[in-house]
Amino acid sequence: MTQRYADGKFGDYGGQYVPEVLMPAIEELTDAYERYVLENEDGFMDEFRARLRDFGGRPTPTQYAENLSERYDREVYLKREDLLHGGAHKLNNALGQVLLAKYMGKERIVAETGAGQHGTATAMAAAHLGMPCEIYMGERDINRQRPNVFRMRLNGSEITPVTTGRGTLKEAISETMRDWATNVEDTHYVIGSIVGPHPFPSMVRDFHSVISTETRRQLREQTGGLPDAVLACAGGGSNTMGMFTDFVDDDGVELYAVEAGGSSLEVDEEAGVAPNSASLSTGHEGVLHGARTKILQDADGQVMESHSVSSGLDYAGVGPELAHLVDEGRVHAVNVDDDAALEAFHRLSQLEGVIPALETAHAFGYLEENHDELGETIVLNVSGRGDKDLEAAIEETEARDIDIAPSMAEFSGGI
Amino acid sequence: MRRAGSDLEAAFADGPAFVPYLAAGDPDYESSLAYVEALERGGADVIELGLPFSEPIAEGPTIQSAVVRALEAGMTPDRFFAFVEELDVDVPLVCMTYYNLLYQYGSEQGPRPFVERAAEVGLSGFVVPDLPAEEAEPLREACDEFGLDLVFIVAPTTEGERLHRNMEHVSGYVYVQARTGVTGAKDDVSEQTERSLERLADYDVPKAVGFGIKTGEHAERIVAGGADGVIVGSALVDIVAEGVENDTPTEAVAARLAEKSRELKAGAERGYAQRVPQAEGN
Repeated sequence: MTQRYADGKFGDYGGQYVPEVLMPAIEELTDAYERYVLENEDGFMDEFRARLRDFGGRPTPTQYAENLSERYDREVYLKREDLLHGGAHKLNNALGQVLLAKYMGKERIVAETGAGQHGTATAMAAAHLGMPCEIYMGERDINRQRPNVFRMRLNGSEITPVTTGRGTLKEAISETMRDWATNVEDTHYVIGSIVGPHPFPSMVRDFHSVISTETRRQLREQTGGLPDAVLACAGGGSNTMGMFTDFVDDDGVELYAVEAGGSSLEVDEEAGVAPNSASLSTGHEGVLHGARTKILQDADGQVMESHSVSSGLDYAGVGPELAHLVDEGRVHAVNVDDDAALEAFHRLSQLEGVIPALETAHAFGYLEENHDELGETIVLNVSGRGDKDLEAAIEETEARDIDIAPSMAEFSGGI
Repeated sequence: MRRAGSDLEAAFADGPAFVPYLAAGDPDYESSLAYVEALERGGADVIELGLPFSEPIAEGPTIQSAVVRALEAGMTPDRFFAFVEELDVDVPLVCMTYYNLLYQYGSEQGPRPFVERAAEVGLSGFVVPDLPAEEAEPLREACDEFGLDLVFIVAPTTEGERLHRNMEHVSGYVYVQARTGVTGAKDDVSEQTERSLERLADYDVPKAVGFGIKTGEHAERIVAGGADGVIVGSALVDIVAEGVENDTPTEAVAARLAEKSRELKAGAERGYAQRVPQAEGN
């Protein structure tokens, strides 16, 4: 486990900005994180790794992508987190935190979810470890992600719709914090990304760092060296930091966090709406959901509603460590708009037989547009599979003119 | 250590303090002025004025809705300061808001410009629900510089060394959170209040209890149990919300707020009267 930023401050970012009622629970969690995760007390990490292997299906492969490599005339590799149990990287963190809650003697799990991937992973981990679980999800996201809602219910979790604001991830996080503040004595909040108060950003990164540990080893075995560029999509940033962590000290490896450019990078200050979720690229330093980080906000500091074709990236903040690495110049914050992401969704599906999550498609959109500048060997994190996004993809595809997309017109009514 | 502050502590000197809360600008700027002024007519000793933030993570549904109404009606930090200047009240005013708004205000980042402006318009202090003592030093320094108080919340979960550390930062009064959870009117008084007041007994700073207080009888029991004041938000915001729902004229809503305030203040005074003989006997 990495011990970077053990105090919870990433340069100017990070910290613990939460109601006092939660502070003792956060102190308790910090203590548990240090003992069990960093020091492997009672063999916690051994059990975590064993469960990730046997229940989760790790290691996931790093696959050479023949057709993409031919298209771009360079070596392209895919880290296949979509093959992890549940279909996304999210299980690494959810399993780690639910197991930690069990070691801490907690009796109940709460979580929030945007696209439903984190909720699904948490519901699976909670069922696997026998913990009752309640998941908050924005009403709008429930409508966008019905298959994941059903999966969570199948695994025995309660789903509570959140109707405040626009009914997306930002509101779901606020509502889960309220539940945690009310039931803090016996409940653990499994936060879904590298956001929130310390120790969450460090702890979630550590649980996901297995992605880069494996990628580094697998690439060395396959190529004898390290990649020139590593790409991952970035919403809150959990798959991003999971994919970057073991490469941060490799100066020759360029790291690209690909954000959701949405429909535009311009914001409507008057309406309080950013038609994108690119908080690293266009946000400003502020305090949201327990941490100081880059957020989409107006000049007064009110947090803006964000937008992305991918509900998993649709969040007005980002992890404080990632914000710091961008400020330091170690990570390039770039973005891809909705159209390019959707086109890449179709391209990857056709060229490689991998249907990516719409989140992941953003990284492939960036590859399409910028492959010439990325060096000879490129690795992308396929953070999740696209099954959950099929309803949204059909709708969004129909609303656009995408040359490579299959037409569904002749099958109307059949889907 | 007791910090330099403004006039907040004095508001608790002559008996129990009634500390009502309303979100500034709820449901609109003009009505809200009348509503806040009605609180003073009803006997407020200190008024907590909410500056609405888009992510009020410590608030329950009642105050969340008030915040949304105020934001939709155009409340901003600058309009909040204008609102405070325009208010015709004599009691001390405390600004209750979330840290990001303090942090972003003015040309430089950090809380100092906000505190400076707050001092100019005559605010007495701050309650910042998402700012624990660990992160409070920059705001504490600015408050000391401009002579404002920084009120901290002590929760039922705040104990031992942590309680002691927090109490070193408090000035004005300490906000005793009556129960775990978020704001919202309740039908009963939490037993957690009693235990919190016991833990705080040795600290020489006024103790105002908030979260869930709805009636004069609640206020009576809390003050009789040792509190120096009661903080009431959601029960008052409910009156504003009902006014919006039923399209009630501003004057009628203001009259109801004054009436509810008198009920709560009278309850606090009855509670205090129960304590005085006991105090004299010691």
